[in-house]
Amino acid sequence: MIYLEVPKNLKLVVNQAHQVAKHIFRPISRKYDRAEHDYPKELDMLAALMDGLSAGGGPQGAGVDALQREAGANGGVRNGGNMTTCLGLTELCWGDVGLALSIPRQGLGNAAIAAVADADQKERFAGVWAAMAITEPGAGSDSANIRTTARLDGDEWVLNGEKIYVTAGSRADSVVVWATLDRNLGRAAIKSFVVPHGTPGMEVVRLDKKLGIRASDTASITLTECRIPKDNLLGSSDIEAKTGFGGVMQTFDNTRPVVAGMAVGVARAALEHTRALLEEEGIKVRYRGPLFAKSAAEAELIRMEADWEAGRLLMLKAAWMADNGIPNSTEASMSKAKAARVGNRITLRCVELCGSLGYSEAELIEKWARDSKILDIFEGTQQIQLLIVARSLLGKRSSELR
Amino acid sequence: MGSSLRVLNRIADSPLVERLGLEDRAQKLVYEGAKRAAETAARAAKRFSSKRTDGRPRSSQKFDLSLTEEQQLMRDTLRRFADDVMQPAAREADDRSSTPDGFLDAFGELGAFAMSVPEVLGGAAERVSAVSQMLIVEDLARGDMGLAYAALSPLSFVNALVHWGSDEQQSRLLPSLLEGESNAATVAVVEPHPLFDPGALRTAAKRRGSDYELSGEKSMVALADRAHYFLVAAEVPKVGPRFFLVERDAEGVETLDEPAMGLRSASLGRLKLDKVRVGSEALLGGEAALKAEGKAAYDDGMNRARIAWGAMALGTSQALLDYVIPYCNERLAFGEPISHRQAVAFMVADIGIELESMRMLVYRAAGRIDAGLRCRREAYLARTLCSEKAMEIGTNGVQLLGGAGFIKDHPVELWYRQLRSIGVMDGNLLL
Repeated sequence: MIYLEVPKNLKLVVNQAHQVAKHIFRPISRKYDRAEHDYPKELDMLAALMDGLSAGGGPQGAGVDALQREAGANGGVRNGGNMTTCLGLTELCWGDVGLALSIPRQGLGNAAIAAVADADQKERFAGVWAAMAITEPGAGSDSANIRTTARLDGDEWVLNGEKIYVTAGSRADSVVVWATLDRNLGRAAIKSFVVPHGTPGMEVVRLDKKLGIRASDTASITLTECRIPKDNLLGSSDIEAKTGFGGVMQTFDNTRPVVAGMAVGVARAALEHTRALLEEEGIKVRYRGPLFAKSAAEAELIRMEADWEAGRLLMLKAAWMADNGIPNSTEASMSKAKAARVGNRITLRCVELCGSLGYSEAELIEKWARDSKILDIFEGTQQIQLLIVARSLLGKRSSELR
Repeated sequence: MGSSLRVLNRIADSPLVERLGLEDRAQKLVYEGAKRAAETAARAAKRFSSKRTDGRPRSSQKFDLSLTEEQQLMRDTLRRFADDVMQPAAREADDRSSTPDGFLDAFGELGAFAMSVPEVLGGAAERVSAVSQMLIVEDLARGDMGLAYAALSPLSFVNALVHWGSDEQQSRLLPSLLEGESNAATVAVVEPHPLFDPGALRTAAKRRGSDYELSGEKSMVALADRAHYFLVAAEVPKVGPRFFLVERDAEGVETLDEPAMGLRSASLGRLKLDKVRVGSEALLGGEAALKAEGKAAYDDGMNRARIAWGAMALGTSQALLDYVIPYCNERLAFGEPISHRQAVAFMVADIGIELESMRMLVYRAAGRIDAGLRCRREAYLARTLCSEKAMEIGTNGVQLLGGAGFIKDHPVELWYRQLRSIGVMDGNLLL
């Protein structure tokens, strides 16, 4: 039965995340925007708090390890881990996107482990904070084209290559590295490997200075004859044309709605604050009367809100599908494409609507407008999402629609 | 129980149902209807309690995008009807600016009226659902928005009677509408001036003793050439906007053809009301409607109108997407299908994304009605998004076909004209 509201049983988690965003993130938001590369020590406390909650048998957290595909609903519709995580990250990013990306043990690598690791690996890597390393200087959106290699030598994989743009790459305790077993075999030969920091041969060589999300560390990493145990390869080492690369890519079906949720969160922050500032100027939003009979500012707020709701509902739809075992690649990409582009547009427009106040560091609006840009880039750019959606709608292979 | 079974039986007997190969579905509909009627009777027999339930489904309170079995059945039926009856008739009806004879009867045979009226009022619906109504709108608009507008206008009239009519009005008007007089009624809210606001009507209903005197002009009224009844929105001074039931042959009622950019196949007309005198029984909901519940009903009606036009945008946009996909895959340029070019493919992707965006907002607003939640904000936002994105989809649809999109050999230019109506129409349909 069609009911598109946030379910009551998830409101507790949403509220918890909101409290964290409001009372922990917001007060230190500007501080770590200015002090790029400083470690936000406040997060250790937050990590302890989250661990305490799980250990105490508290409600299911909003963590990335809840991003698991359900085998299918028995006993009715499920609103499970995917929706919880999406809603949780929405709230945290309402607080601060950079800090949300720096929560210990909530890295994208953790999502990959949750999605493709076998039972033994899940146990072994429990409690690990794992970053994700895909992009290389010569391979961004074309991730099938990576050059980092993995070769089996006895009981160890030997990794060689260079990774860039690794979110939480220096702070995490492990990095999930994408590498190819054989460059001639294309995407099927690409596998992911868990490499703990401290492993000889893996080195953080640089931290990037960025437009936004400065509270989050973005690292360049080199791998030189870096040796890891054989069973640190996630999933199967067989080069099966169907399941190899696809298995790794499957992570994205779960994480893209989360990034959509991040955009929804930061856009809501900007919308709410802009609305409050405009209200002081006598501009109040009323959902009645023709749009064109309103002031341009009020009409724009309403248009942005409509677009924002679209991004939010598409995110919930994609998460709902994942929770109920329905394939959602297309919908995951739709949600990210819509939420991220309107998230960016909304935050930028909010700066404009608030004038110099919006542009000034006196408010956080300008920061949100910088932070939002990355959400339309990482986990697949806008253009990659459009390609995925277009291929799906048009029934095209990647060799046809390139 | 008897009346609902009679209605269901009529659906099963319909020659159209047979022609469309819908027997299986019709039978299932009848089966489900009968089963429900039996269950209702059994429940009634078990407890003689007169305690009234509010008829609202108990929501699972979980986010859910799945349809009920009944909605899925209705959907399958209407989609066949849209494909096999409406799409082939759309072009000629548009050319003639007139709803074809027999089309409304054919639609009436499908049972949408019965499924919209609760059993207690002689229909076959266990409960009336805004989502179900919205799905009907979406599926019909997939066939053709103009014909859908024609078919949905009497249904909107029926919906208004069911939601807000007094007992007397329901028993006076519903039976004939349910018995198949499917072209008998329409709804007139929209007025012909820029920045029209359904909350600030120029059409007035002045009190004259216990009567009302209606004056004003209504625009884009579907079936204006043939409707016996008009549900007219008019401002009662010092009270606010209310609905009135106006008969065609009342003195001072005049209709004129009003062909427009699109929706032409709905037999569009201007309704002129010149000091039309109606009795107090013409006020929808009776005297009680003068109080707060009349305002609530009108506001509810506006929300339902916005959701309905949003659903129109969904149906036609879906038809457009379904059409441009094979076209772009088959049309060759520079030695390959044009869909192999990102400039083309991304446009198709954006149609898909914005269509799904609109769908989420429209479904959500309708779902809130069924859950008993307020939906003014949600309906307003749905209208805002659909007004913009529906036209974007319409113009991009023509663009994707290029010159072929501009000529009448393809239906895309028709959809372009019809999708422009979403930003214009604020009223005239009700879920």
